[in-house]
Amino acid sequence: MSEVIQPRNAAELTDTIAWAVEHDQALRIDAGCSKAEFGHAVANARPLDLKAMRGVILYEPEELVLSAAPATPLSEIEAVLAQRNQMLAFEPPDFTALLGKSGATIGGLVACNLSGPRRLSAGALRDHLLGFQATSGRGERFKSGGRVMKNVTGYDLSKLMAGSFGTLAVLDEITIKVLPAPEKTRTVLAFALDDAAGVALLCRAMGEPVEVSGAAHLPASVAARSAVDYVRNARASVTALRLEGPGPSVEARCQHLRATIGTAVATEELHSVNAVALWRELRDVTLLAEPRDRIVWRLSLPPSEAARVVAAIRANNPNAEVFYDWSGGLVWLSLPASAAMGNDASEMLVRGAVNNHGHATLIRAPSDMRARVRVFQPLAPALAALTARVKDAFDPKNILNPGRMG
Amino acid sequence: MQMPLPDPESLAKRAELIAGLKAIVPAANLVADQDGMRPYECDALSAYRTMPMVVVLPEDTAQVSRILKLCQALKIKVVPRGGGTSLSGGSLPLADGVLLALGKFNRVLETDFVNRCAVVQPGVTNLGITKAVEHAGFYYAPDPSSQIACSIGGNVAENSGGVHCLKYGLTTNNLLGVEFVLMNGEIVRFGGKHLDAPGYDLLGLITGSEGLLGVVTEVTVRLLRKPPMARGLLLGFPSEEDAGGCVADIIAHGIIPAGLEMMDRDAIHAAEAFVHAGYPLDVAALLIAELDGPAEEVDHLVAAVEKIARDRNATVCKVSTSEAERLSFWAGRKAAFPAVGSLAPDYFCMDGTIPRHRLAEVLNRIRALSKQHGLRVANVFHAGDGNLHPLILFDANLPNELKRAEALGADILRLCVEVGGVLTGEHGVGIEKRDLMPVMFSEIDLNQQIRVKCAFDPDHLLNPGKVFPTLHRCAEMGRLHVTGGKLPFPDLPRF
Repeated sequence: MSEVIQPRNAAELTDTIAWAVEHDQALRIDAGCSKAEFGHAVANARPLDLKAMRGVILYEPEELVLSAAPATPLSEIEAVLAQRNQMLAFEPPDFTALLGKSGATIGGLVACNLSGPRRLSAGALRDHLLGFQATSGRGERFKSGGRVMKNVTGYDLSKLMAGSFGTLAVLDEITIKVLPAPEKTRTVLAFALDDAAGVALLCRAMGEPVEVSGAAHLPASVAARSAVDYVRNARASVTALRLEGPGPSVEARCQHLRATIGTAVATEELHSVNAVALWRELRDVTLLAEPRDRIVWRLSLPPSEAARVVAAIRANNPNAEVFYDWSGGLVWLSLPASAAMGNDASEMLVRGAVNNHGHATLIRAPSDMRARVRVFQPLAPALAALTARVKDAFDPKNILNPGRMG
Repeated sequence: MQMPLPDPESLAKRAELIAGLKAIVPAANLVADQDGMRPYECDALSAYRTMPMVVVLPEDTAQVSRILKLCQALKIKVVPRGGGTSLSGGSLPLADGVLLALGKFNRVLETDFVNRCAVVQPGVTNLGITKAVEHAGFYYAPDPSSQIACSIGGNVAENSGGVHCLKYGLTTNNLLGVEFVLMNGEIVRFGGKHLDAPGYDLLGLITGSEGLLGVVTEVTVRLLRKPPMARGLLLGFPSEEDAGGCVADIIAHGIIPAGLEMMDRDAIHAAEAFVHAGYPLDVAALLIAELDGPAEEVDHLVAAVEKIARDRNATVCKVSTSEAERLSFWAGRKAAFPAVGSLAPDYFCMDGTIPRHRLAEVLNRIRALSKQHGLRVANVFHAGDGNLHPLILFDANLPNELKRAEALGADILRLCVEVGGVLTGEHGVGIEKRDLMPVMFSEIDLNQQIRVKCAFDPDHLLNPGKVFPTLHRCAEMGRLHVTGGKLPFPDLPRF
């Protein structure tokens, strides 16, 4: 599989896919390739490189909307938004440290539905995707959604596209909702709580009228790796609660939150530069990136289950390292790449601990492990069958990223 | 509006159908007589009424599964119904179909304040969820104005919004999980108490699917802490341009109010005559804004919005200083529909969304269309998110007037699409806007959606005649058309 195909625009993209359909030619969809190693490998497919399809197509700050071509770098979009004090509220991560490659694009982010700490309060990427134009695996160009938030016209295919890893259609235009960036950022830190107590505090804070926009817990060994002094030098676990908004509001809410936490637990406040730095580390999973050969899993759980699931994993593998995000709803887990452990046994361990409370996705692992285990959560039979039929509705010949999702 | 013609084969199976249903639900939950079925013959789009073959009221998921299996085996159509408050005819029965009423699914199953969610049955009302959790300081944010009566299952089907969805999102942004029964009786679970989907976001896909993909039998919703304070602003402007400009300025300042509504002069006058809320009668447009959150934040934002309004020539600028006063600001807006409705024997509530900055232009063109069609239109507008509710006044007793009102409505929706908006912002397509779908979607676009339908319900038994203007056989839809495709750029350098 040699030659790379590089369409310059939507028409060439559609023609390419139509040609591929007719010739039963599988395609591997590439944009920035920064997340090429997330998911299963796509074998025996011709690379379809979208890199020429980049650029902001529309940006109307007062309408809170931006449209861009799929290979537009995230950095370009964020720079454009920053000029008008706006942001992507779902806080898309940059996995350069974690996966080793830079160059995240909006298309790749949509395909993986990646969101950061603020997903907790602002919603995930899929909650901000307003519409798109794409070419299906049938070689047909189609659209869904639009440029407005209040839209219930027809099926919400945008939700389906987000997190579908390029297996249903190739997007050529992506329209997203943008929001004002907060004026001020503070973070309240609490120290020396164990995992269960830390997550419990996060949940309690979420129930307080202070509008928390980031809720994470770092066990001591992970906190020790932070580049932020207050966190690294705590020599204890760190429970972090972010408050954003207008200045006077943030100040008052910080006070209220610290009063709620009370004096039995030590607390600190991080101001903007440090707060931003800490949440960026959490967003980008920097603290678990090293050593590079460790296996990284991402668990999605109800917060009330998080500490218990982690304890079960630790009982079998004391070298597990974790931190909790989304008030305990997201657990990042790294396991040693030791031969004795057996990389595949880790799948049984993790999936067994998660059970049916949520799901686990393998984010980083050597390619031979990714070839052998299930990267994505296995689905119940009826759901798996439905998923296959939905795939068939868009890509009956399975030419788009075949096997990427297992 | 044409519905699919009743299938004589289905009608012929009525007795067999009823016998089959009797084996699934207690006799009291089966309604087959004319008087008993009458309350189900329409929803809030009351101009259209059809009696179903039979009404069945299941009480649990297993019964729903068996009912759908039976109907699939007999090839009989099913129309699900929640609160019956749809304004687009989403639960209008079919004469050759079963009306599946979910009203008995009315229990709150679990409230979980640690994980901040509630698990409820689909027949629980939208407001009923909030009532079940407000004692702990929580609430369920999406608030369609029918929230006293509309069901959460219906909210899922329509992806309902409401005034507060500007800040808090629509139903789809506040859902964590759904138990869903497919037409073949299979019970599936999407999501749960955790965030994000493990594979395809099927939860997002079925939200807003208007009863065409399956039946909702359980819902897990996200709960939010009730904001400690909410304050209202009543802002009057000498022109619609000023009001629209004020909305743009508020957003440009980085403020997303909890609610931001607009009423035009006709709507203001009607509302004031109806409830005497104290609305100014000498303004061209009124903005009603709500800011909620912690007290310090609200006070800060209220001051900012006030200044923005005055900079945009606001002639009236009232800020609420008590909860009673805040509610009084909303009283007129909440009464707007019945108030406008009292001006004529009938009214059509339209529902389109436009880009906000086109508002003044669209209102002018609606006025021109209103003159052209000879029917009055008053406008209420979710200014914050561009969702427009033109209220068309008419008298259904006059010959042709319903048709003329529908024609005017269709022109207004075409206008919405023309300026870059969409046909429906929160009421759904149903039957009301079904035939306008080609205004927004090409045949390929529609066929792709229909293929999704085929993945869920290949026999097209769930709610046919709603949303999509033509029915296609799924086998036809699956065929690929060979295009004689060529790789489009043979002379580009190979990599």
